[in-house]
Amino acid sequence: MKLFRLQKGTRERAIARIVLFLVILTAVMIAGSHIPLDSIYVDLENINHPPGLTHLFGTDWVGRDMLTRTVKGLSLSIWVGIICSLSSTVIAAVFGILGPTLGGKADAVISWLVDLTLSVPHTILIILVSIACGGGFKGIVVGVAATHWTSLTRIIRAEVIRIHTSEYVMISKRFGKSRRFIALHHMVPHVVPQMVVGTILVFPHAILHEASITFLGFGLPPHEPAIGVILSESMKYLTSGQWWLAFFPGVCLICVSIMVSALGKSLEQIMDPVTAYKK
Amino acid sequence: MYTADMETRQKKSSPEDGMPVFQVMNFGVSFSQYENGINRKELHVITDLDIELYEGKILAVVGSSGSGKSLLAHAIMGILPGNATIYGKMFYRHEELTRASIARIRGKKICLIPQSVNYLDPLEKVGSQISRAINGVPKAEKKRRAIEMMARYSLDPQVYDYYPHQLSGGMARKVLLSIALLSDCEILIADEPTPGLDEPSLAEVLQDFRLAADEGKAVLMITHDIQAAVRIADRIAVFYAGSTLEVADAKAFSGDGSQLCHPYSKALLQAMPQQDFLPLDGVQPMPGDLPEGCLFYERCPIRCEDCRCSRPQSRPVRGGKVRCFYAA
Amino acid sequence: MRLEARNISFSYQDEKPVLSDIDFTVETGEIVGLTAPSGYGKSTLGKILAGYLKPDKGTVLVDGKSADVKAFHPVQLVFQHPEKAVNPRWKMKKILTEAWVPPEEMIRKMGIEQGWMNRWPAELSGGELQRFCVLRALSPQTKFLIADEMTTMLDMITQAQIWRVVTEYAARKEMGIVVISHDTYLLKRLCSRIVRLNE
Repeated sequence: MKLFRLQKGTRERAIARIVLFLVILTAVMIAGSHIPLDSIYVDLENINHPPGLTHLFGTDWVGRDMLTRTVKGLSLSIWVGIICSLSSTVIAAVFGILGPTLGGKADAVISWLVDLTLSVPHTILIILVSIACGGGFKGIVVGVAATHWTSLTRIIRAEVIRIHTSEYVMISKRFGKSRRFIALHHMVPHVVPQMVVGTILVFPHAILHEASITFLGFGLPPHEPAIGVILSESMKYLTSGQWWLAFFPGVCLICVSIMVSALGKSLEQIMDPVTAYKK
Repeated sequence: MYTADMETRQKKSSPEDGMPVFQVMNFGVSFSQYENGINRKELHVITDLDIELYEGKILAVVGSSGSGKSLLAHAIMGILPGNATIYGKMFYRHEELTRASIARIRGKKICLIPQSVNYLDPLEKVGSQISRAINGVPKAEKKRRAIEMMARYSLDPQVYDYYPHQLSGGMARKVLLSIALLSDCEILIADEPTPGLDEPSLAEVLQDFRLAADEGKAVLMITHDIQAAVRIADRIAVFYAGSTLEVADAKAFSGDGSQLCHPYSKALLQAMPQQDFLPLDGVQPMPGDLPEGCLFYERCPIRCEDCRCSRPQSRPVRGGKVRCFYAA
Repeated sequence: MRLEARNISFSYQDEKPVLSDIDFTVETGEIVGLTAPSGYGKSTLGKILAGYLKPDKGTVLVDGKSADVKAFHPVQLVFQHPEKAVNPRWKMKKILTEAWVPPEEMIRKMGIEQGWMNRWPAELSGGELQRFCVLRALSPQTKFLIADEMTTMLDMITQAQIWRVVTEYAARKEMGIVVISHDTYLLKRLCSRIVRLNE
């Protein structure tokens, strides 16, 4: 007799999630980069259209199709996200591995830098860095990368320290293995999956910050079709009942963040041999 | 060397009359695991397990690592990971337990005695954690009873005002046991309470659990250490590849082992360093590919053809239970 | 050849010394027991002998010389908990062959099944893992083995099985063994000499 059974099939679901989300995200990126800028044309005969069959997301006050603008904006956001998360991972990897390896002063300086960065509110720091870098795409990317390396650095640093002091590395040293062998064979298999997952988990932060900083007017310039620009422009029209101007782009942005975050978690589950064989 | 506890045990160990407080029958646990890609495989880590716990008695479950003995505790306490399936029947007194009623008695009637001090709330004084186990009496009375119980475990009254970090490992165990004894809990489960302890500490653990059993609790002790089990338990269940091969009186495990029935129990005894230190070739089958017949077939010195294709059921032999066709 | 510890003193941080002025010698081919109540520094001494810890005072000599820290250490230590002594992201085959490639015959004698080689450590039990940890330490370059509660977490049969392989190998290769354990029966069974650490 079966008393009870708990959930099943988590790996299938994880793989399905990864495939589905990758397809959606790539589709958005490809679509976004293939839409020529002049397809977002002013069409004064069709202004302020609510969402309908001809314009799924409606049109704005100069008749531009909101679906096209949203897709274009999302693809820009995804690009910002990719570049930001990759560059913060590089910083985190360098600091996280160098710190405990060099030890002493170097490690203390790195920990101090992490604490310093974390002690300043995110948004303010991004705005400052972004302005200092002359704003625009470059400003946003540098700003987000400069603030988002901290938590991953901590994770990698802790992981490296943990492995350095683990029994299996100490045993490996007694076997006469070189530092290079230990780094390549013992560290890499632990740190790389952490980095992959860490990169993906920074991504949603990056795109949400990009949108919010742009919304506040410190990020991408108004002529770019960015989600932040769309949202800030729509503010003026929300009071006159044109809810769709902010609703659809906002929801899409959140969906992209959630998808990327779920992608990271599913990948983590599959990559760890401890959890991979279970469930 | 351990005459005192042997004596108390003999006095109390009349044949096991009365009904068991807790019983599991044909109990099984399996995990579904992935092999390559998304092919799943059911791993049967516990199969056809029967155990009975009686008031005032200690049952030790002895088995090698990988025999699934820790999972037994986890299964009873309901802390298995999500890919587990549980089979079989559980009884609490005469009531057959359902999923809902197991959840109701866990933590109330069944308590797990953990190994470490980490299971106490680090921010609360020991005394108030002990007192909380007592219900329905005024505060002063709670404190009186708590200190009384602590005294039985030779804990100083001032320990009442200690914080958990001030306790040694042994004191923490006494505190946890005091909590269990003062609560309504009737069944204590201890998972590996004697991991590599030196002789004085081992004798102390033995005393602590004996006291709990003498208070009328039914104790299930899970261990790989057969020497400790022989000293602490009334009865010993020998666990192999997720099944009990033999349940016998603890006394059967001392001496030359002629009172033991199953060839695996005999081999365990012979492998003890104070006996012949004799290893047995082969390995315990992995949960993924259990043999069709007897689980011990591969390593059995007295096997026959029918052991290969059919699995023996548990049957009573000489006051114990044995899962072997040829044991006598 | 001789493993020799002279005047070893050791303390963790600023606490009171765990070991003070300890002398300890093992010859190759000899099996020595090391026992003491908990907290008397048995494991610490084991770690010092195998080069895991540096003593505050005193020296450890193998064949009259200090061991080269960069090369294969002639004194190998096997820990109590095999789960911590293997990299969870390595498959068992890689774990077993990290230091040397044991011959098929020893793998078989140790009771290691071929089917385990392609598994992850998380899929094997402690007793199964410990067989790998012991065997990988028995390289021909190992002159002394420190067994720190090596079989404490294992059942009696596995314990006897592992010790049979280890003692046979030690006798054949003239390897010296230090057995650290609380189990007096085990020590009596294995060792020609038992050292007690007191105070």
